[in-house]
Amino acid sequence: MDVSKITASELAAKIKTGEYQAPEVVTQYFQRMEACEDKVNAFVTLDKERALAKAEDVQARIAKGETLGVLAGVPVAIKDNLSTKGLRTTCSSKMLENYYPTFSATAVERLEAAGAIVIGKTNMDEFAMGSTTETSAFGVTRNPWDLTRVPGGSSGGSCAAVAAGECAFSLGSDTGGSIRQPAGHCGVVGLKPTYGTISRYGLIAYGSSLDQIGPVTRSVADAALILEVLAGPDEKDATSVRREHYDFRSALTEDVKGLKIGVPKEYFSQGLDTEVAEEIKKALDILADKGAIVTEFALGLTEYAVPAYYVMASAEASSNLSRFDGVKYGYRTTVYDDLAQMYKRTRSEGFGEEVKRRIMLGSFVLSAGYYDAYYLKALKAKALIKERFTQAFSQFDVVVAPVAPTTAPKLGESLKDPLQMYLSDIYTISANLAGLPGITLPIGKDLKGLPIGIQILGDCFQEKAILKAAYALEKSRPYQAPAIGKGGEVDE
Amino acid sequence: MSKAYETVIGLEVHVELQTKTKIFCSCKNDFGASANTHTCPVCTGMPGALPVLNRQVVEHALAIGLALNCDITPVTKFDRKNYFYPDNPQNYQISQLYLPIARNGQIQIQVDAGPRIIRIHEMHMEEDAGKLLHDEWDDTSLVDYNRSGVPLVEIVSEPDLRSAEEVIAYLNELRTIIRYLGASDCKLQEGSMRADVNLSVRPVGEASMGTRTEMKNLNSFKAISRAIAGERERQIELLESGNTVIQETRRWDDNKETSYSMRSKEDAQDYRYFPDPDVPPVHIDQVWVQRIKDNQPELRAEKLRRYKKEFDIPEYDARILTETKRMADLFEATSSLCHKPKKVSNWLMVETLRLVKERGLEAEDVNFSPAHLAELIDLVDQGLINGTVAKEVFEHIFDEDVSPREYVEEKGLKSVNDTAALEEIAKEVVAKNPKSVADYQGGKEKALGFLVGQTMKVLKGQGNPGMVNEILRKLLS
Repeated sequence: MDVSKITASELAAKIKTGEYQAPEVVTQYFQRMEACEDKVNAFVTLDKERALAKAEDVQARIAKGETLGVLAGVPVAIKDNLSTKGLRTTCSSKMLENYYPTFSATAVERLEAAGAIVIGKTNMDEFAMGSTTETSAFGVTRNPWDLTRVPGGSSGGSCAAVAAGECAFSLGSDTGGSIRQPAGHCGVVGLKPTYGTISRYGLIAYGSSLDQIGPVTRSVADAALILEVLAGPDEKDATSVRREHYDFRSALTEDVKGLKIGVPKEYFSQGLDTEVAEEIKKALDILADKGAIVTEFALGLTEYAVPAYYVMASAEASSNLSRFDGVKYGYRTTVYDDLAQMYKRTRSEGFGEEVKRRIMLGSFVLSAGYYDAYYLKALKAKALIKERFTQAFSQFDVVVAPVAPTTAPKLGESLKDPLQMYLSDIYTISANLAGLPGITLPIGKDLKGLPIGIQILGDCFQEKAILKAAYALEKSRPYQAPAIGKGGEVDE
Repeated sequence: MSKAYETVIGLEVHVELQTKTKIFCSCKNDFGASANTHTCPVCTGMPGALPVLNRQVVEHALAIGLALNCDITPVTKFDRKNYFYPDNPQNYQISQLYLPIARNGQIQIQVDAGPRIIRIHEMHMEEDAGKLLHDEWDDTSLVDYNRSGVPLVEIVSEPDLRSAEEVIAYLNELRTIIRYLGASDCKLQEGSMRADVNLSVRPVGEASMGTRTEMKNLNSFKAISRAIAGERERQIELLESGNTVIQETRRWDDNKETSYSMRSKEDAQDYRYFPDPDVPPVHIDQVWVQRIKDNQPELRAEKLRRYKKEFDIPEYDARILTETKRMADLFEATSSLCHKPKKVSNWLMVETLRLVKERGLEAEDVNFSPAHLAELIDLVDQGLINGTVAKEVFEHIFDEDVSPREYVEEKGLKSVNDTAALEEIAKEVVAKNPKSVADYQGGKEKALGFLVGQTMKVLKGQGNPGMVNEILRKLLS
């Protein structure tokens, strides 16, 4: 039994038929972690005992012949900004180092209802602010393809864990590309659904109007299956929506004949690594060979996405993170004279640099006299960008774009120049501003052997279109797993 | 004082809405439970919890907005007001700034000088904060989040009020309207209605406004009157002595009958308002507005017009009876049973309101069956009990809602109406009081009263006073 490369769908089938025993599967993943974690550091918290107990329970129910959920016995890793009842949830911050939620996120509840077993919580950029998983208070996560490089972020732990085979699949969250970008850097599949598709209840908010939960998997079929489990309205999240169809797996056909693919010119002009551009062109050729119609077009307004995003996300974050004040839960400073000092010291000591930078930026753009100039303008830019995409999707079924300008950067490189790091989000943040679904999947490697991802965007509620294109592409570019670390110490 | 000054007042009134659950979660909206028992992840600001708007809050707000003759905002939104304080678990309050649910209203108030129109600037919905409890002994503070997330509306008037009398009349009118709608009990002492007073003064005849202050912590009508008088005087003294009024928020201390500065305009916080991304905009269409209008109860102004036509009672009575919906309902229900509106009105205005006051209650707390009051009125009219007994029985109706017929039976309070029995007792009284008999017969009318009293005493108050009177007159004639 090698659980490190198997897909969640295959694993669920093998457990159901009795070929694999659930407790054995869980044990295997924990053994895999033992082999990888000192190198990768994808996890903040493990939950071995409870995971094994749940696996025993699943096995007992199989023995009794009970009907089980579609993910029965399948081990999942959860990004550490998703609340898990009784299991430490830190957002990779000192602020929540000892915070144990009293309730689980709706997304976690739905996975568990389908039989999935939570095995641990994954590392991330602190409060999901970052593109490298280096702003975590619990150490960096390393890219399983090259341990000297970042896995991307902010869902770097979730993507690295899937790439390293430490879980069958994982959950991430995506505010400006936080699922798709690390999925690209780690060579796995990452899906951000249409805003409102998956309940945000229990997701510790960064930018509430942009945040969306999504699966990280080793196959497009897994992404479709898990989306089916997670999607659906939730009375606890007023921004969640009821959709017409939830049969995402019905899109898993190779038939892309006549599929209209738009390629925004702006994304392929300056700033994009040539090797990345080359691989994307090859992927487009594959789709064209299968009958898709590929057309270049001018999307427009692409230069406004990054500033609009950072104004909006930071503004919302400055308010969302104000609840971390040392009064009710989480970190509290030890020495203080009065309330104001308690607040100030708690937040100065509890938050890291990047979080404080964004809280300050967000507070500034919302302050009297600047609101109109920044926040309102960003809202207008958001509306205009959405309009451009609406126009594009009146012509095309999907839009294909890069995920990031380069493959995974070296550790320590990105945080030296935060502004440059923000600009590297250019390809992913538009989907959040416009609420669109997007999927990333691996399509090749650069000369350094690092995975290159492609991003496929769809109109709102058109997940099936992007799943179809991704599935067709995956058939010609099958999934590869990394040999962990240079020289492949783990996978010999 | 060299000049005459005019007082200019605008009010910000917070009203806690009576709903089953809080504004953004399913916790009970209940007053007086033990600390932190009506709380959940949403109203304690736990990470990841999300607010979901309670539709009943919008319905109450709509009803109030319409009753205050406001324009209803077709797409109303919630905004976050950001400030740090431990009673505010998220460190932002979900309120409405940019698109409040109702705007541009007006109501009419009655003051001694006649009716006045007071304009409403706007009304918005928001959540209440928790309560801080300071333990002086331990030098610590504790927070009770039961009130966190209790729904409020804030009603902001234009600066149209000119005196404490107008302010009280305005608050009374607001309270009457909101209580009629069943949207709140509006109790100042319990904090379910709270008024902040914005006040400035200007020389009579001056068109521009003076600098205003905002007064907080006003927990009764008396405190409001005193605070207005005090603040008016303070501002005039400042101006007369060549100083200026500083725009600031002041806190009224009703025990010391003085106010002190809480914060000046310069210290005012920047609340960094922005639209709450967790609460989608509320679309209010004409159908919804019409449905609320159709379900609106008859309000006081309409009732007054109808009473004039339907019931033969003085306007003074009608005004008092319609002050609360509870009294008006009792009046209408009882009158429809016994068809004696004036008698019903008397019982409600005199005995009922006396007992309300004595028991320290509010008219809303009155809870007896109209049928029992109607029965009591009939018992008196039929001469089965006398007035004194009736008052005694009424107290039991008021407190325990007893059936007067059964109660009178049980306690043996029925009037003695047997002429022969009464005559016998009257004869004894006459025999025992020769002096009074002589006085009466000598022309002293008053002496008869004494003899009636003596007879009633023997009858333990249960005689029919009319009959006793008649019998004595006959005996002595």
